[in-house]
Amino acid sequence: MSSNDGRTSRRDFLASTMALAPMAAFVPGQAAAQSPVAEDPQSSAPAPNHPAVGDYRPQFFTPAEWTFINAACARLIPADEHGPGAVELGVPQYIDRQLGTPWADGAIWYMQGPFVEAAPEFGYQSQLTPKQQYRLGIKAIDALCQERLNKPFGGLAPAQQDDVLKQIEKGSLGAPELHLATFFSGFLLKNVLEGFFCDPMYGGNRDMAAWKMIGYPGVRADYREWIGEAKPYPYGPVSIYGERG
Amino acid sequence: MASAGKPVDVVIVGFGWTGAIMAIELAQAGLNVLALERGEDAATVPNWAYPKVVDEISQSARNGLLQNLAKTTVTIRHAKNERAVPYRQIGSFKPGTGVGGAGIHWSGVHSRVMPEELRLRSHITERYGARFIPAGMTLQDWGVSFNELEPHFDRFENVCGTSGKAGNIQGRKLEGGNPFEAPRSREFPLPPLTDPPTSVLFAKATRELGYHPYPLPAANASQPYTNPYGCQLGPCNFCGFCSDYGCINYSKASPQTTILPVLYRMPNFALRTNAHVLKVNTDSTGKVATGVTYVDAQGREVEQPATMVILAAFHLHNVRLMLSSGIGKPYDPDTGTGTVGRNFCYQLLNSVNLFFDQSLYINQFMGAGGVGQAIEDFYADNFDHGPLGFIGGGVIWGRQTGNGPVRGIPLPSGSPTWGSGWKAAVKDNFLHSGRIESQLSNMAYRGCFLDLDPTYRDAYGVPLLRMTLNWQDNDLRMSEFFGERLSQIGKAMGAKSISGRVLKRGDNWDTRPYQSTHINGGTAMGADPKTSVLNKYLQSWDVSNLFVLGANVFAHGIGYNPTGLVGALAYWAAANIRSTYLKSPGPMVHI
Repeated sequence: MSSNDGRTSRRDFLASTMALAPMAAFVPGQAAAQSPVAEDPQSSAPAPNHPAVGDYRPQFFTPAEWTFINAACARLIPADEHGPGAVELGVPQYIDRQLGTPWADGAIWYMQGPFVEAAPEFGYQSQLTPKQQYRLGIKAIDALCQERLNKPFGGLAPAQQDDVLKQIEKGSLGAPELHLATFFSGFLLKNVLEGFFCDPMYGGNRDMAAWKMIGYPGVRADYREWIGEAKPYPYGPVSIYGERG
Repeated sequence: MASAGKPVDVVIVGFGWTGAIMAIELAQAGLNVLALERGEDAATVPNWAYPKVVDEISQSARNGLLQNLAKTTVTIRHAKNERAVPYRQIGSFKPGTGVGGAGIHWSGVHSRVMPEELRLRSHITERYGARFIPAGMTLQDWGVSFNELEPHFDRFENVCGTSGKAGNIQGRKLEGGNPFEAPRSREFPLPPLTDPPTSVLFAKATRELGYHPYPLPAANASQPYTNPYGCQLGPCNFCGFCSDYGCINYSKASPQTTILPVLYRMPNFALRTNAHVLKVNTDSTGKVATGVTYVDAQGREVEQPATMVILAAFHLHNVRLMLSSGIGKPYDPDTGTGTVGRNFCYQLLNSVNLFFDQSLYINQFMGAGGVGQAIEDFYADNFDHGPLGFIGGGVIWGRQTGNGPVRGIPLPSGSPTWGSGWKAAVKDNFLHSGRIESQLSNMAYRGCFLDLDPTYRDAYGVPLLRMTLNWQDNDLRMSEFFGERLSQIGKAMGAKSISGRVLKRGDNWDTRPYQSTHINGGTAMGADPKTSVLNKYLQSWDVSNLFVLGANVFAHGIGYNPTGLVGALAYWAAANIRSTYLKSPGPMVHI
């Protein structure tokens, strides 16, 4: 466990309340230059162990990859009239942290060869782990964008980014290194949705904003008095660490 | 070189529902019982304590309670001329692992079986004629009757504290229950659970359409309950974390909530976890099991001698152990001879999402795995198949199992998958959508079978089990029939739009989306050793001190959730071992 696990410092709290700056202005190098979040010995409460969005320093993604992930998150779930987007809720942080778990090395999948082509109904048959999917997938998309539009994905206008993502999803934009549509649907989009709706302790769904948007009460998990009624549920969400929204 | 364990009377392979049932029944008979479980130990506290377990990422997205496929999985193909590939990620079915097995992350739907399903070949022949059975469909009777099993269904329901309403007690029809129900000896141990919004709408709509809705039996306790062993259950609070999750409330029946607290106090019972059984050992005649060989937590091979061996793992591991131990003759689809691997079946699940007006609150985040209303107007042979020309049927239900956003928010067809349009759609639909489903039988076919894969091996170097399975014409025509009913019921429930997945002719088995963990067959029970692996007491025809439990003993895939039948069959086998086998060990059925 890292030193700041299970602790919230005052600095962290302040930063979290101020972390509303648009991520379009985000420069990865600046995040890396920030000092680590100090542990606050006064705080004993088990609290969300995620640093504020703006303070987060990626452990897996390189600066170029981090730019891609932030840009892709901003298009997949944009901030709009329905509520904050994936970037504001910390989804890039969620994905970066997930890429440090055993899942990211394919540890819960059967990964022995031979790896052979099969009809789609037989599921994932690639030897690429999630880590490799992200590494190769981002590189391939940035290279495609550079080749066609002279800029990496993160440098494109939002409409161009949407167009690239749509083509990848449909399978009309491919790469030799990996099946891009699988990277998009099976990893990138899937993990973005997880990070948007996860418990905040994983680094996404900051302040339970995604739960509030859809009316999900989180982990309240006690509905005996309400189950028989087709009516609005009156209480806001609760997180695993007991935050209330 | 394998080290040797201390000999025991009974070694049980796998410690989920059937292992726990057999362990307590045989320990109570005074035998020395050892259970070997390949996974970890687990208990309600600390494993499923609130709030740790109500976590969609660890439990649903990362398969917290499921078998780690990195260690062992199966290979899959549609037909015997194809090359099978590994089931690399969890998709269509979800095998469990650890103490409690799939009895932890199941939903709790607790059905029985219809009498005619246990003698399906005879029944179809009597009612429709032998020619009604299509070529290649290997229907057979199960060798056991409903009346023989009834006390054991009753026993398992009372162990689980199952909530429900009888429709037929000893031939007397009762209002409020399932009018198609086979005679029960008595009422359910607990009254039905409160109906959630989906189920209220389903019951009203199906009644108006002339069908016969009834509360689905659920092993989710509707009230506080003490079972015959003295284990206590608390009332379900519809927390919405049921399938995929361990129960936070001691409400969902599991080995942990209903059997283990009592079993663990018995001095003649022992449990070893992290013990992965590689094979059943036999003597030089091949007709007597001498015990099992397993790999312990440190990777050492241990030979465990035992007077009796019980295979009580999940379906997949039971069948593979029979094949890799060389017990019984493997099935050959070309000649139709051999039995181990024969009649491998699944279920067909059609799932339809209903989207309602925003003034109607379904609140899909509330619910319990087993709660719901169902109809059996089209189950088994409750309806005339003559004009329809297919065999089989299923349950149609309006359940509300509890769902959260990481598990996936169903959206009307044509909705965007991301972007602002997607956000608007999830916001508009999350609280206002529900789901109805039909769960259908899957007949046995000559070309659907299990054997050992020639290429892929597990982490222990043992060949993986290979599944050869695809949907067949008879079953897909049945599915289309149910698709029409689902659409009719969905409209009658007032849905403004309906979308979902209905299997139809031309569809192949897609192993990616979750469908059902109800895989079955492969070591069928029966009356004829030429077509079955086990006799009616679940005793191996070939090795009489070996008993095999689980849904792998089914002779075809029934439409009901199998756990009720799997549990009842375990009690049936245990009762006959106690009353007959122990007095005079040896074959219990002579041919």
